[in-house]
Amino acid sequence: MGSNSAANNGSTGVGRRDLIKRSAALGLISVPTMSFLSACASGGGDDSTDDSQGKTSKSNPFGVQKNSKLDVVIFKGGYGDDYAKAWETSFQKKWGVTSTHTGTQEITGKLQPRFNAGNPPDIVDDSGAQQIPIDVLHKNGQLLDLAAVLDAPSIDDPSKKVRDTLIPGTLDAGMQENKVVALNYIYTVWGLWYSGKLFKEKGWEEPKTWADFLAICKDAKSQGIGGLAHQGKYPYYINVAIMDLIAKKGGLDAMKAIDNLDPKAFVGSEAAQAGVEAIYEVVEKGYLMPGTNGLTHTESQTRWNQYKAAFITCGSWLENEQLKQTPDDFDMKFMPMPLLPDSKLPYEAIRAGSGEPFIIPAKAKNLPAAKEFMRMMLSREWSTLFAKEANSLTIVKDGVDTNVQLRPGTQSTVVASKAAGDNTFRYLYTEWYSEMGTAIENASNELMAKRIQPKEWLKRAQAAVDKQAKDPASKKNHRD
Amino acid sequence: MRKGQYRFVAGFLFVPVALYLIFVIWPYVQTFGYSLTDWKGQSQTFKFVGLDNYKALFQDDIFMGAIWHNILFLVFIPVITILLALFFAFMLNAGGRGRAGGVAGVAGSKFYKVVYFFPQVLSLAIMAVLFGAVYRSDSGGMLNGVLIKLGLVDAENPVEWLNEPSLVLWALILVVVWHGVGFYLVLFSAAMQSIPRDIYEAALIDGAGRAQSFFRITLPLLWESVQTAWVYLGIAAMDMFILVSTMTSGDYGGGPDHHSEVMATVMMRNFLLYGKSGYACAMGVIMLLLTLIVSVVMLRATRRDRIEF
Repeated sequence: MGSNSAANNGSTGVGRRDLIKRSAALGLISVPTMSFLSACASGGGDDSTDDSQGKTSKSNPFGVQKNSKLDVVIFKGGYGDDYAKAWETSFQKKWGVTSTHTGTQEITGKLQPRFNAGNPPDIVDDSGAQQIPIDVLHKNGQLLDLAAVLDAPSIDDPSKKVRDTLIPGTLDAGMQENKVVALNYIYTVWGLWYSGKLFKEKGWEEPKTWADFLAICKDAKSQGIGGLAHQGKYPYYINVAIMDLIAKKGGLDAMKAIDNLDPKAFVGSEAAQAGVEAIYEVVEKGYLMPGTNGLTHTESQTRWNQYKAAFITCGSWLENEQLKQTPDDFDMKFMPMPLLPDSKLPYEAIRAGSGEPFIIPAKAKNLPAAKEFMRMMLSREWSTLFAKEANSLTIVKDGVDTNVQLRPGTQSTVVASKAAGDNTFRYLYTEWYSEMGTAIENASNELMAKRIQPKEWLKRAQAAVDKQAKDPASKKNHRD
Repeated sequence: MRKGQYRFVAGFLFVPVALYLIFVIWPYVQTFGYSLTDWKGQSQTFKFVGLDNYKALFQDDIFMGAIWHNILFLVFIPVITILLALFFAFMLNAGGRGRAGGVAGVAGSKFYKVVYFFPQVLSLAIMAVLFGAVYRSDSGGMLNGVLIKLGLVDAENPVEWLNEPSLVLWALILVVVWHGVGFYLVLFSAAMQSIPRDIYEAALIDGAGRAQSFFRITLPLLWESVQTAWVYLGIAAMDMFILVSTMTSGDYGGGPDHHSEVMATVMMRNFLLYGKSGYACAMGVIMLLLTLIVSVVMLRATRRDRIEF
């Protein structure tokens, strides 16, 4: 009875079962590493320049060649990619350049092999969770210096340079080592958000000071509503609140100290201490929406849409992201971070800047057309196309035709931006130092869960800064 | 073998072996090469730095912590999964004591066998979403919802399962075990069914109870399957990338504050986010070595005389 594998064993030495077992084991070992390893497989070879260079003229400053091809890769996230298709149609009409369009979320997966093989696309919207970090691309010498595009005449007004038609400061986020290598196209403001409807119902006013903010949180808690919600699984969001408080309390100097890796950026900085202690007060008094520390961005934002919290911290993509979850009468409203006592910046000051980096790879095959494409992105016509398709503002000054109607949240950011005027600020360390940013975010996660105190947070943040300062490459980044 | 047979066999083997060399072995070699450089991941310019990456690796607290977590997984995941699977398989196949003289599973064992297998047909990505809802950190989570209703947890302070350093690893182990038990149950069941009934019946006549027939008969005769299960589960425990990176906080997971970090998540973060690709390749090499060592040790340690029947 039973199997007769003994007979098989006798002749071959290794049993069938053994063989299968071992080879399966060997195969499995390779699984965890294989997908990663295949990413390393390098291609080689140089790109040969084809005839994409045409004659230059006043209306064709880069010399776009008719009938050439343009390779466009767009991050297909919250903004979709219909706007880019509309652009490409318009581009083909004007220049006779056909484009291959790729809309994807897997920027890294699709493009890393192409960058390594020296065969990148011509223009890329390098965004989303799987973006290739700009600092990494730049360090590898893969990015074109965009000065040529920015110094070219504007399409709307050829007497002006393109860079003079943009909202001031919006190019900063794309700077690496004092060169603009990424065009952050979407104009974004960061701060707190609330429901106009809820506030009206409860008789709350937009709080201008931190004390007023805490008072509303207290009142909300007594009525069974959370005070502040944040997207706890991604500490990036609460970090925005902490860093905004620091910048508003200590002024631009406090912000630059952090970006410039000052040895007293956190430990020994009064503003940093005040900022982090203020946030911790919210935690200590139990004003956080219960459970918010562990929620993803969609979970917490949806809870907030269901009136489970008075405030949430986010950037201006929030409205577009929550379109489906927001009740019709929610009346989404944006507000600047409330002020701590003796703050250097006024209440109206907001973190404002640009997101969604567009890049032109240095080794792009059709550079003239890519540059022209970017120049046209910065025209009023294309900016309006974008606002229509993606429901967001661009960095082009007055870049949206007045007859385009905006949603309440986006409209409130327009009002807030106008009120802020020149009082805007924007951290750059997140763009320059991915590793340091992650370390500070981790500390914030611990702070929100009450596992560390503000003092320890300051120490850990400072340690991250000091570690980054030791990297010789960081000497090349500096802002005045 | 007869003349010409070798050529015949080699002809069939050529393509798979070539594929294996190109897509498995060659990347390993390349990874090792890259691990000796300061490659930043997005271009083919890099410098040779010798063993610097490996030296840095052993001073990297985060990576060392990740190795430790993998070791914890390595201990707990196989032990818990195999014990549970063995117990259930035994109950389903030989645990019943209904009919006189017969050896059968508990009542309804056929039904249970199908039910236990359900988790196995779900992909890990779906499992991550599913258990994300189970562990959700507010009253909307399945666990928290039930515990709050029962009054065991304060609604103001729900348990943040995946955001608690002391709970997060256990929460992850539970997912893997839940996923794995069904498969190994079927594996062990199949092996148990090939054990001749007469042996059980003989034991029964001699007055053996359930425990005795399990430890004296079932387990020794199942040893090969247990050994296989052990190797598979050990390898899964060395990986854990999908669950950790999707369920826990942080870029590529590993949170809170690196308390659930595994080697693969640290490697991905360094490779893609920080642009330290050469360094990440060194991690990959260490991962490969450790996994190989684990497999060899497990196969050796569990080797026993084969029982043929």
